[in-house]
Amino acid sequence: MDDRALARTLARMATEIIERAQGTEGLVLVGIQRRGVELAARLRALIAQSEGVQVPRGKLDITLYRDDLQTVGPRPVVGETSLPDLDGRIVAIVDDVLYTGRTVRAALDECSDFGRPRRILLCVLIDRGGRELPIQADIVGRTVSAGPGDRVDVLVSELDGRDAVELVRP
Amino acid sequence: MTATLGKDLIGLETLSREQLQLILDTAEPFKEVSERAIKKVPALRGKTIVNLFFEASTRTRISFEFAEKRLSADTVNVASTGSSVSKGETLVDTARNLEAMRIDMVVIRHGSSGAAQFLGQRIRSNVINAGDGKHEHPTQGLLDMLTLRDRFKRLEGLKVAICGDILHSRVARSNIWGLTKLGAQVGVCGPATLLPRNVHELGVTILPRIEDAIQWADALNVLRLQLERMEAGFLPSLREYNRVFGVTNERLSRAPKDLLILHPGPMNRGVEIDSDVADGPHSVILPQVTNGVAVRMAVLYLLAGGSPDWAHPGGGGE
Repeated sequence: MDDRALARTLARMATEIIERAQGTEGLVLVGIQRRGVELAARLRALIAQSEGVQVPRGKLDITLYRDDLQTVGPRPVVGETSLPDLDGRIVAIVDDVLYTGRTVRAALDECSDFGRPRRILLCVLIDRGGRELPIQADIVGRTVSAGPGDRVDVLVSELDGRDAVELVRP
Repeated sequence: MTATLGKDLIGLETLSREQLQLILDTAEPFKEVSERAIKKVPALRGKTIVNLFFEASTRTRISFEFAEKRLSADTVNVASTGSSVSKGETLVDTARNLEAMRIDMVVIRHGSSGAAQFLGQRIRSNVINAGDGKHEHPTQGLLDMLTLRDRFKRLEGLKVAICGDILHSRVARSNIWGLTKLGAQVGVCGPATLLPRNVHELGVTILPRIEDAIQWADALNVLRLQLERMEAGFLPSLREYNRVFGVTNERLSRAPKDLLILHPGPMNRGVEIDSDVADGPHSVILPQVTNGVAVRMAVLYLLAGGSPDWAHPGGGGE
């Protein structure tokens, strides 16, 4: 997926978010560190363009909610979490790749420690299959079937210098 | 990031620059956890931590306890009075008995220098030094460094004067080792009777008068003057100490710039520091306490993953 394909996909996802949330009233976009945060910022800009509203945003670092902290060895670096008020809101969680579902499980737990959203939507750019938990996305940019050894790299210009999605088969 | 902390945190003397940096950087996101409505994350769920305090402490013990609870660990407090320690049980026996109850970490405060290291070498649990005799108080040193970094955005090149009883102070030692490793310049200021004889070997500048410290420094870390020292003959009187070494607004007004004021507490107002300085606009004494919880959360979090088997680079998984 190159930069133009990525832009078209994000535009469609932004429209779908508005449809699902029936407008921007009460909508909050929450990106999961790190690339989810950049994607959420893009979606927010697209929504601002079409709806003329800057919806509240937040970022979520799920490290402290991981279920494998006892086994990962050297502690993963903890990033920043900053969330607006979530009570009664429609929270759209944004991440780059949906794989096992464990990150999303952790994100749901963390969100519920911050408040009680009216509804939580899951938006992912790439669904690569391989779920280990009963979790599914509401809005998907593209579905790819990637094997357990494959890698899906989402590159965003803010962090990686260019926009692209690459499937790496070793 | 390949730095890990290993099994224990005994002091800052033995930590590398990278390890110090890792702790301070990890403390940043933990500050935010204490600002949440629900001040708790599940990172240490299922871990059991014993706070073993053989010396009186309010701030440090409560700070560790908050840090542990905010990481969802289960905690038990053992004080020397009212436990079998007062019946003559040795330190190692106490710790081994606790370990037989399947604990994961021990936070120890002890009056003897070296107690934390001694314990760490004899039990499998992680050991964190919460102050051992006149040796080190690593988490206090770290929270002082975090507070300085918050205000100045850097430690490199910063001039920090530690004032007071350097000889008996574990806080001074941890600060000197930690700050110099991260590139700060450290000065020490106090009565000659309360400076260690070879203190210059630690790479510090000796500032004989408080006026010298105020001229030289960007920040003053004012140590508590322990009243017992006077009885032991190190000082003629507290009033004289205040007159010669007290940090007063009048003295600070002659500084070339505004100095940041730190104090590890508990304060003797009117002895080492005057009230109008302690409560003044450049005092960060309460932010230090807030940062203490974040630093201790970071240390607990990092040590919980620090089994020696993992202490090799590249072992991390995503």
